[in-house]
Amino acid sequence: MNISDFKSNDEIAWCPGCGDFGILTSLKKALVALGKKPKDVLLVSGIGQAAKLPHYIQSNCFNGLHGRAIPPAAAAKIANRNLTVIVTTGDGDCYGEGGNHFMHNIRRNVDITVIVHNNQIYGLTKGQASPTTDPGYETKVQTGGVILEPLHPLEMAIALGCGFVARGYSADTEHLSRLIIEGITHKGFALIDVLQPCVTFNKKNTYEWYGKRIYKVNDDPAYDPHDKTAAYQKACEWGERIPLGIIYRADKPSYEDKSGISRMPALVETEINNIDIAPTFKDFR
Amino acid sequence: MPNEFTIKIAGEAGQGMQTIGAVLSRLYKKAGLHIFANQDYMSRVRGGNNFFQLRVSEKPVFTLRQKADIVVALDKKSVTLHKAGLSDKGIMVLDRKQSGILQADSSFFDVALHEWAVSIGGSDIFINTAACGVMAGMTAIAFEPLGEVIREAFAEKGSDIVEKNIKVAKAGYEFTQGNFKKKTFSLKAGPLKDTLFLSGNEAIALGAIKAGCKFYTAYPMTPSTSIMNTVAHYATQYNIVVEQAEDEIAAINMALGASFAGVRAMTATSGGGFALMVEGLSLAGMTETPVVIAEVQRPAPATGFPTRTEQADLDFLLHAGHGEFARVIYTPGTIEEAFYLTLKAFNIAEKYQIPVLIMSDQHLADSYRDIEPFDVNKIKVERFIITKEESQKVEGYRRYKLTESGISPRAIPSWIEGVIYADSDEHTEEGHITEDASVRIQMVEKRLYKKMAGLCGEIEKPTEYNVTGASCVLLGFGSTYGVLRELCEQSGNALGFVHFPQVWPFPSKETNQILKDAKKIITVENNALGQLARLLKRECAIRIHGSILRFDGRPFDLEYVDAQLKKYS
Repeated sequence: MNISDFKSNDEIAWCPGCGDFGILTSLKKALVALGKKPKDVLLVSGIGQAAKLPHYIQSNCFNGLHGRAIPPAAAAKIANRNLTVIVTTGDGDCYGEGGNHFMHNIRRNVDITVIVHNNQIYGLTKGQASPTTDPGYETKVQTGGVILEPLHPLEMAIALGCGFVARGYSADTEHLSRLIIEGITHKGFALIDVLQPCVTFNKKNTYEWYGKRIYKVNDDPAYDPHDKTAAYQKACEWGERIPLGIIYRADKPSYEDKSGISRMPALVETEINNIDIAPTFKDFR
Repeated sequence: MPNEFTIKIAGEAGQGMQTIGAVLSRLYKKAGLHIFANQDYMSRVRGGNNFFQLRVSEKPVFTLRQKADIVVALDKKSVTLHKAGLSDKGIMVLDRKQSGILQADSSFFDVALHEWAVSIGGSDIFINTAACGVMAGMTAIAFEPLGEVIREAFAEKGSDIVEKNIKVAKAGYEFTQGNFKKKTFSLKAGPLKDTLFLSGNEAIALGAIKAGCKFYTAYPMTPSTSIMNTVAHYATQYNIVVEQAEDEIAAINMALGASFAGVRAMTATSGGGFALMVEGLSLAGMTETPVVIAEVQRPAPATGFPTRTEQADLDFLLHAGHGEFARVIYTPGTIEEAFYLTLKAFNIAEKYQIPVLIMSDQHLADSYRDIEPFDVNKIKVERFIITKEESQKVEGYRRYKLTESGISPRAIPSWIEGVIYADSDEHTEEGHITEDASVRIQMVEKRLYKKMAGLCGEIEKPTEYNVTGASCVLLGFGSTYGVLRELCEQSGNALGFVHFPQVWPFPSKETNQILKDAKKIITVENNALGQLARLLKRECAIRIHGSILRFDGRPFDLEYVDAQLKKYS
């Protein structure tokens, strides 16, 4: 497989210069590097600019409802564990509308990879604050500037015991595609929060702004992502310096292992034509 | 009361009315008698006043009577609460000393349940078996079968517990034989039949298992939860994943994800949870993803009466979901229908790639009846997917390919060489987002007109009884089946009835045909608006003469409907 095998003919509706392009490129590279075939990959999305991504790549796609990308993704993986299931979602879709599913699917720990296009703003609805918009940022709705405390996805994920917590940057596709490879390889729920400039509506968190602040934690050989306390401290860092890379890792059994489905044939392969329920009748006699 | 009696076991939540009910049900079933049992419980785990009611008869029974012939009052409150609910010659079984009831009453049969439990069993938890002994004595059943049932019921707890239970039951039995002289409650035992005794919810669960449901997900909500409990009980045996969702929104979206991936999936809830699922229902319609949803109604709005019954979500289910798309709504009226229609729901959902709703209610959900074992060959599992073998030959796959029937061949991700796009946006045949007006028209016609045309050919026919001969025809859907049937049967030829096991697509043609010469038509509904009557007016332009409505959260019984009918005679 090479990059062209993942090329979709669907016309791309993103703004020129959008950070989403970098994520698309990184994802394709990762899938090629992992030797995945389009037919074995399922991309699941909700609504938002990020949610359009599955259309721009040759792979299976379930583009569902706003905020509801993770539940069908987890269930599709449970139904057919041979699929590589990836969620492409945004800060509004995943951390806002779908916050409940984000929390509980970290607990559920199905082997899926969740890539959050975090541009810190609402793009599709044209510029309102998202859960991760920096305080003080003025929008047409938050006219006096955002007064809500931002949601801290990496801190949240670590606190919930997510086994793979990473942050990428859409302009660094080499680094991001490596994170995606690691995320897909991780057995369990993998969160990759991606800083992604919105060139139309976010005038603060621009390529230049991010460019000055980002650094890679894994460049420091002393940084141990298995150290939960250190990881949490790293996740709290925001402002002058913004860490990228695998912030936190924990090896833990996945949902598939704990539920036993990883030791059985994929559910979708189960023959259902002649299920004999007569053995249950004794319980009702 | 000839040929039948009704027993009501009442007490505080946690006093074990269900245990007594379960033992007695098995006992009478063993005696070849027929049983209709239901529960009336409050939304609390301890305290309050709950009861388990058993109607035992020499003939098959399908519904309740208003009055009990025997009330077993396990606490003082039950004596006052249920005194008025005793039939003319009814007996109140009570432990006067334990309940602190000083006055005597000709209806009382005083039994020392507490004393037997403590002195023989060593604990008051044996009160339940003591009561079972008394009931067996009062209803002239031999002790041996009761011993057998107790042995079966407590086998898991070890022989010591079994023997103690039997001794306590025997004390109650022997006391009653010596002191209860009336022969009112002696029924003729029938031949022992190989019947099943289960509830509406258990039947839905067994139907789902038989249908090949491999992914069941739900958020617990009374009165739907026992479907999940039952599927979970058999999940390992039948290779089913049961996943408790974080909310109902997750439940329906997970069911759709699993279904998209190729497995049969189901969720269940009650009205409030279904309200949360509505956007997902619309998603199923748009993405053409099969899903089966059981909506087990309880009185609403909002939290309503969590543990009681109502049929007020008919309008809601007919119209739930933004936009226009095909759906099917089944309304089973019996334990058997609950099973067979669940099976059919999975076939139809998969064939038409639509959401199929099974609308039940607390009354059917928690009612038990003895039935013939299900005919597991009556409805076969029919698959409507491109099989793994066929998938090898698929090229240029389009998920929403336009066809005459409106149904596009459904491929399973990873089985075909190509890829599958499903989208909640309006989409092209390939599944990509579009805003093209002509594509929009074709897709709406596909999802709505074409599929509905097919579905109209697969309608579950209404059940009719004595419609032409009757001076008055009663109409109902769902759990009212039993009361309509028995009322009509006991009326001679005066009454007829029509029961609708499916309300959408509505069987308009059939209904017009059935009712064309009906003299007087009255709907019987557990709601305040007369939603079935309104549906009939819309779909059939039939004149309805009136509606017998009940919306106090309680199910209909024979006497209640009979009394209301007098208004129309």
